[in-house]
Amino acid sequence: MAGLRLEGIRHSLLEPVDLSLAPGGLVFLSGPSGSGKSLLLRAIADLDPNQGEVWLGAETRSAMAPALWRRRVGLLPAESAWWAETVGEHLPDPETGVAPDRSDVAHYLNHLGLGTEVLDWSIARLSTGERQRLALIRLLAQRPEALLLDEVTANLDPTNRRRVEGLIDDYRRNEEAPVLWVSHDPDQRARLGGRSFVIRGGRLEPEP
Amino acid sequence: MIHLSPWDLGLASLLVLLLAGMSWRLRLGVEGRVLIAAARSTLQLMLVGLVLKILFNQTSLPLIGLMALVMLSAAGFEVMQRQKRRYLGHWGYSIGVFSMFLSSFSVTLLALTVIIGVDPWYQPQYLIPLLGMLLGNTMSGVAIALDNLTRHAWESRGPIEARLLAGGTWEQAIEGVRRESLRSGLIPIVNAMGTAGLVSLPGMMTGQILAGGPPLEAAKYQLMIMFLIAAGTGLGSMAAVWIGSRRLFDERHRLRLDRLRVSEGSKPRPA
Repeated sequence: MAGLRLEGIRHSLLEPVDLSLAPGGLVFLSGPSGSGKSLLLRAIADLDPNQGEVWLGAETRSAMAPALWRRRVGLLPAESAWWAETVGEHLPDPETGVAPDRSDVAHYLNHLGLGTEVLDWSIARLSTGERQRLALIRLLAQRPEALLLDEVTANLDPTNRRRVEGLIDDYRRNEEAPVLWVSHDPDQRARLGGRSFVIRGGRLEPEP
Repeated sequence: MIHLSPWDLGLASLLVLLLAGMSWRLRLGVEGRVLIAAARSTLQLMLVGLVLKILFNQTSLPLIGLMALVMLSAAGFEVMQRQKRRYLGHWGYSIGVFSMFLSSFSVTLLALTVIIGVDPWYQPQYLIPLLGMLLGNTMSGVAIALDNLTRHAWESRGPIEARLLAGGTWEQAIEGVRRESLRSGLIPIVNAMGTAGLVSLPGMMTGQILAGGPPLEAAKYQLMIMFLIAAGTGLGSMAAVWIGSRRLFDERHRLRLDRLRVSEGSKPRPA
């Protein structure tokens, strides 16, 4: 139950960004392609060199080990990448003490219209849409306290888009996790509510 | 031992000319490189023969040290040349030089003092050929391992960053790439050991036999050299891959492909 606060986050394409998300708060981000939306999310997750500070509740990013920060402030990129052979191998390892609870995973799978047998499937046989949905489950299984989502419903059919939206919304409400969501879809923003910002000319502006 | 006259060497060089001619005829496009490499080796080997002649008469540690340094810096340059995506700044050179220094010099020293027991340990007749052979092989191993490391890291940007995002440390994220590149650096020497004697008589043993040495003695020396080379190559590749993979990440565990040179014709994806 922590808010997410950006304080002067800056990267090459963007002027310093100040933004505050309450616990469970939802903010949509849009802007022309190449305007630096993805780069902003990457900067918050500390994946690219950037200046500024991010607060998760009362804790600062700079005082936290990078691996822990990325586990707690989860980024879901537009294109999912996989490093092991099967789906199951990608889920958080009980040994590391991160979210060993597989019943969560089963619940998520069910919610997105997938069975638990997909855990044994090899990554190579997944469709783009399946990968996208499983990447979300992979992210939620590490129980992030804040979500950074980058066009996560872009490759999905309407049914699955609704399912994914529903799952994210449930997670946001139940865990009171702030969600920063890059989306081009005005209907999606209308469906889910929340505040909207747009990046214009390197500046973050509120959108009515 | 039968002495070789310049005439004999000239005859042998005709074969290289023939090869260059064939390359030109078949449009393989390597004739220039063949000729330049042949000319280089002629010049370098003649020179080193002269230098060694002087060195052997003196047994002076500073002179031998200088020679060893020249060999090391040449090997470092060669490693750098073989990288498709080399590290920017001094790293492109120093990772290779440092890991070769670490492995070749320590293994040579060990061989001279403990295994062979040369007195004084820096007697050039032993030191220079041993060091040369170790450097030459370590150089190949380090060059292959580093090249694989940087190329795989470049291609696996997605999976590496996915592991970082899943809460992994830089070491977990690069683990697979690291293992793969280390393996590729070790394969040549492992293969060489596996086929030695069966398919090929290794160069050093051949030389000793041609020079009239007893074959069993030559085999024993060859065996020792191969063990030394295996250890040196392994150590050198490990050092290079460790330092190299560390350099691919910064203190916040970010994958920093901007620390590598962009090869011609391609630009890094602006994420």
